[in-house]
Amino acid sequence: MKAFLILEDGTVFQGTSIGSTREVISEIVFNTSMTGYLEVLTDPSYAGQAVTMTYPLIGNYGVCHEDMESIKAWPDGFIVRELSRTPSNFRSDDTIQNFLKEQDIPGIAGIDTRALTKLLREKGTMNGMITTNENYNLDEILPKLKEYKVTGVVKRVSCKEPIHMPNTGYKVALMDFGAKANIANSLHKRGCDVTIYPAMTTAEEILAANPDGIMLSNGPGDPKECVEIIEELKKLYASNVPIFAICLGHQLMALATGADTHKLKYGHRGANHPVKDLKTGRVYISTQNHGYVVDESKLDSNIAKAAFINVNDGTNEGLEYIGKNIFTVQFHPEACAGPLDTAYLFDRFIGMMAK
Amino acid sequence: MPKNPDIKKVLVIGSGPIVIGQAAEFDYAGTQACRSLKEEGIEVVLVNSNPATIMTDKDIADEVYIEPLTAKAVEQIIIKEKPDSVLPTLGGQAGLNLAMELEEAGFLKEHNVRLIGTTALTIKKAEDRLMFKETMEKINEPVAASLVVENIEDGIKFAEKIGYPVVLRPAYTLGGSGGGIAHCRQELEDILANGLRLSRVGQVLVERCIAGWKEIEYEVMRDSNGNCITVCNMENLDPVGVHTGDSIVVAPSQTLSDKEYQMLRTSALNIISELKITGGCNVQFALHPTSFEYCVIEVNPRVSRSSALASKATGYPIAKVAAKIALGYTLDEIKNAITGKTYASFEPALDYCVVKIPRLPFDKFITAKRTLTTQMKATGEVMSINQSFEGALMKAIRSLEQHVDSLMSYDFSNLTDDELIEELKVVDDRRIWKIAEALRRNISTELMHDITKIDLWFIDKLAILVEMEKTLKEQPLTEELLREAKRMEFPDNVIGQLTGKTEAQIKALRDEYDIHAAFKMVDTCAAEFSATTPYYYSCYGSENEVIETKPLKKVLVLGSGPIRIGQGIEFDFCSVHCTWAFKKEGYETIIINNNPETVSTDFDIADKLYFEPLTPEDVENVVRLEKPDGAVVQFGGQTAIKLTESLMKMGVPILGTKAEDVDAAEDRELFDEILEQTEIPRAKGHTVFTVDEALKAANELGYPVLVRPSYVLGGQGMQIAVSDTDVIEFMNIINRIKQDHPILVDKYLMGKEIEVDAVCDGEDILIPGIMEHIERAGIHSGDSISVYPAKSLSPKIIDMIEEYTRRLARALHVKGLINIQFIDYNDQVYVIEVNPRSSRTVPYISKVTGIPIVKLATKVITGSKIRDLGYEPGLQRKSDYYAIKMPVFSFEKIRGADTTLGPEMKSTGECLGISTDFNEALYKAFQGAGINLPQHKQIIMTIADKDKEEALDIARRFDALGYKIYASRGTAKFFNDNGIKAIKVNKIDQESPTLLDLLYEHKIDLVIDTPSNGIERARDGFLIRRIAIETGVNVLTSLDTADALVSSLEHAYNNNDLSLVDIAKI
Repeated sequence: MKAFLILEDGTVFQGTSIGSTREVISEIVFNTSMTGYLEVLTDPSYAGQAVTMTYPLIGNYGVCHEDMESIKAWPDGFIVRELSRTPSNFRSDDTIQNFLKEQDIPGIAGIDTRALTKLLREKGTMNGMITTNENYNLDEILPKLKEYKVTGVVKRVSCKEPIHMPNTGYKVALMDFGAKANIANSLHKRGCDVTIYPAMTTAEEILAANPDGIMLSNGPGDPKECVEIIEELKKLYASNVPIFAICLGHQLMALATGADTHKLKYGHRGANHPVKDLKTGRVYISTQNHGYVVDESKLDSNIAKAAFINVNDGTNEGLEYIGKNIFTVQFHPEACAGPLDTAYLFDRFIGMMAK
Repeated sequence: MPKNPDIKKVLVIGSGPIVIGQAAEFDYAGTQACRSLKEEGIEVVLVNSNPATIMTDKDIADEVYIEPLTAKAVEQIIIKEKPDSVLPTLGGQAGLNLAMELEEAGFLKEHNVRLIGTTALTIKKAEDRLMFKETMEKINEPVAASLVVENIEDGIKFAEKIGYPVVLRPAYTLGGSGGGIAHCRQELEDILANGLRLSRVGQVLVERCIAGWKEIEYEVMRDSNGNCITVCNMENLDPVGVHTGDSIVVAPSQTLSDKEYQMLRTSALNIISELKITGGCNVQFALHPTSFEYCVIEVNPRVSRSSALASKATGYPIAKVAAKIALGYTLDEIKNAITGKTYASFEPALDYCVVKIPRLPFDKFITAKRTLTTQMKATGEVMSINQSFEGALMKAIRSLEQHVDSLMSYDFSNLTDDELIEELKVVDDRRIWKIAEALRRNISTELMHDITKIDLWFIDKLAILVEMEKTLKEQPLTEELLREAKRMEFPDNVIGQLTGKTEAQIKALRDEYDIHAAFKMVDTCAAEFSATTPYYYSCYGSENEVIETKPLKKVLVLGSGPIRIGQGIEFDFCSVHCTWAFKKEGYETIIINNNPETVSTDFDIADKLYFEPLTPEDVENVVRLEKPDGAVVQFGGQTAIKLTESLMKMGVPILGTKAEDVDAAEDRELFDEILEQTEIPRAKGHTVFTVDEALKAANELGYPVLVRPSYVLGGQGMQIAVSDTDVIEFMNIINRIKQDHPILVDKYLMGKEIEVDAVCDGEDILIPGIMEHIERAGIHSGDSISVYPAKSLSPKIIDMIEEYTRRLARALHVKGLINIQFIDYNDQVYVIEVNPRSSRTVPYISKVTGIPIVKLATKVITGSKIRDLGYEPGLQRKSDYYAIKMPVFSFEKIRGADTTLGPEMKSTGECLGISTDFNEALYKAFQGAGINLPQHKQIIMTIADKDKEEALDIARRFDALGYKIYASRGTAKFFNDNGIKAIKVNKIDQESPTLLDLLYEHKIDLVIDTPSNGIERARDGFLIRRIAIETGVNVLTSLDTADALVSSLEHAYNNNDLSLVDIAKI
């Protein structure tokens, strides 16, 4: 079946429908990872977005359910050049085609994903529609696309009830703003007793549980939208519990302490982003998935200072809070998909709790 | 960390002559690194014995030594030039070993020279088997269980402990000579016995067999600050068991999930960190196909063939970055030259699929076994880029120039199913074609996978191509179907064949439906950042993104494709120099080529690089878009010349010598007319098509005769026939491939062979020099030792050569380069062959005369006159130096290849000996070629009857030098009868000790074995030559070569005081 990707600037790509055939409007973004499409599909941070994979051959190793980063697929849509018809890997449980259908994710294959990527790079992230309706009417659709705004995604992706992963080590409260499974796993693997809390849990409740450390997770959407969460984070900041934050958690902590965030033209989404540890000068390759960034120029130097920067564009990648046991990064030390180079940061967090 | 200010003058060691396993990739890496060093204001001293390289150009380094790559020569260079540092990681294994030798001898320390890039300890940890194993164990990186054994019993014991099959790797043999996989005790005994004999130190590594596992490679970089990145990973279509150089390789990996990808990536980074490598490194893994188990196969702490491939596949210039790291820079300080925005400390993201296919020399060595093993056999490779694997594979296949353009090109349809299944078990270069045939017959893919261990993903991709063949055959060719076939990169002629249409009809249909190739950029970042470097590949069904360029005149330079015997790196040298010269003349330059190993496919050589097959259809795609003002074909070897006619049909003017004149030189009848006109004699000959015609011609001319196809390279298919039987045999061999052009039968004149390269502007000629071959005519010029300036020609002959060259160049209206081979026979000059194009000798003659021939030829092509370029026309003054080009062979790599030299070229590379003294030049040339005498002062001579008389003098001289001569019965008797002491040794089938036993004792320096003319039928001679080669003994099959060798030995040069020649000062 034919499918169409219509962008808010009027560009139309024609391809083949994959997954669900339902029509969807979403923010169109691209990811440059060459492996890890399943991890991308099950990363809650992609809620409210349709993901384009720039690597053209997707689905080669099928679907290995144990690699899922959450219980379901989150993107609104999936855009690829080619889906492999015969996956091959010893762990493969299923094909990506079936997975997308099962998860009711609409998608489009057979389009020039590089041309699309260039467009997004030049014009910035755009909204778009994936439809199988050949008789689409641009005059009707385009205003709708321009109007569309991603909202309320954190609430949508966060767990509804606390989840406890018992262990004998430090007690960590993990705030689930859309957490990837490997954050909890990385901590649990290091002996931590992890409790995953819904995003809207109050600071009081968290602190009442008397955790050794608090982990703020990644998540989707515009951080400034999370007004209530930011209020709670202010209280957590004031407590003296060690805090480690990733991605959205990093942005929210910055907002809670008076800093600002803004939207990047087309974001950082991939598994090849170099970040530099400003203390040591070491460069690490990191997984990234963010459309917003903390504005370094508006940091209050009495509150926080930059700890990591992106080597490519110089944007902020991490903050160290002055006089506090708080450390936050924009990138993803939990990887999945992507390089494991910065997994040591979980050890650092353990170290912070040991103090 | 910024640049280390203590590094001011760096010695770069090249990799020497091109041999199998060490080819053009090191010229690419070395050239890039030298330019990168010079950019930083470093004075670069270069040593490499290979004159055909770009790196040995005076533009690339400040001081250039084309000297033998021996410790002694390099020591002398260090004493003379006083570099503060040596960069050892650019010259392949040869360069690395040499640097280590100097380091271990304490020479470097003594002369205050440091190794930069990588320390000696690092090199040892990676190279020494035991240290490597210990290092890997220390960081918990798994390696396959192994043991070094010195006898068969220990081998059996260990094999039985770890279980069959086991891999056997003899120590100190190049490219894995003598190794193999043993599946049972019997095989183990056979291979091990051979391996122990072949190993100079009598050691063989017995290793757990991981054949059939997935073979995965990572290219990693690390700087002195400990920052590590991976440039690229690659997956071999051929599982472990086939040398990666002989495997079809895909980048990035296709069948690895992120978990496996990251597991191996982390391992690679752990390894490079533990080894403390500063620069680039290649890590090879075997990954179990159905678990997370893996083994580290090998680590190369230097640039390599794989790093060249990774650079071209990603756009990330590994050698350039490695050179900067060696100077002290860190990855985050080095700009990514492709984007100009990002830094070297990122990992390239590909948004396409890359396929590499090796170019194997079985068309040259018809007696050789086609089997692929852990010992590399490929002479070169092609790479292609596409948005799909299917498309990339199809493009790579047709880039090979081996009469293949689809999965139908090798025909296995005559086999029964059972025979086909048996064939699938044979691991050779035709395996994907066998799989394709099996797919056509619906043999189960599971069975194919069980037999070949090739991943089902790849087999399914081949199935998709086979299904497309079937669809094209059976269904009407709709627009949609044609689009899909082109998306999979089916060439028009193949679509035509399958649909019963002509190629032209398919092209017309494509025009009608507007189905044309689009071009995409290789930008290292999957379009995330805008890139400025114009490096493109074609694909169908996509948007074109090539940017319209400045309104300069555009010239298209056609490259020479994969390195093969007969068409080597020298044509890349010419293509690159021509491109540079056109740039200087104000042209916009465009290169099309498909060889990932070369300098010409570096992204900053031409203004635009198209990485494409060199077929008319693919070239036309570029022409359609770029509309060049002209094309040059005279620098890209036969590959480019073959495209002349097609380019003219496309309406692209051929710059320089006109196509009809090129044709006149190749077409027998036209050429004969020209010779008649210009009154130049040639050996009598005829053109024939059939065996009968050939026999008639041969008998009319009288034996011996030369039989060869027209329009070939490297004398392919050329043979000297002495009888009707020979003629019949040769004609049948030539006609195995359908000939579009007649076959030539010429009277064979056994005279002195002479070669000339000249530049002609249509009127005047410039001859930089005359070269003379040591071997008499009959041995291919590429396999002959070539001497410049010619030494034994009379003034009369020299005048005749100059005059004939002038006449021929004028008659052929040559604008640019011309190469002519003459014979001096009975004080008369005959023409053998004229090539109105660049030749193998151009780089060498340019360097030793200091005359930039390619640049001058390019200027002439763009309209300059020789007289305006500051040169007096005619033969130039002799240089003060003798420069001797010595062929270098790779026989030890090709099982079953006959080493006898003849009119068909067999050498893979060359080295140069240069000196004011002829014999010293000769000595250096032999040294450079690895013929390093004396060792044990014992030689074997087996001489054909017709040569015995002539061999007497050579034997006498070896005897006088104190060499002990062993000889076969007849030869020994003849020598003894003539007063030369020779020890009779039994023939192979007689009782021990025989000639072979003698070789296995590793105490023989040299074998001189002259076979009778025609095809060598004696099993003995063939065996002796093979065993000698495989035990590392030099074999000479021409008395002329032996004569030259003994002359050089008679002068007994002291290794310690070779005279050094800085080429850059000539």
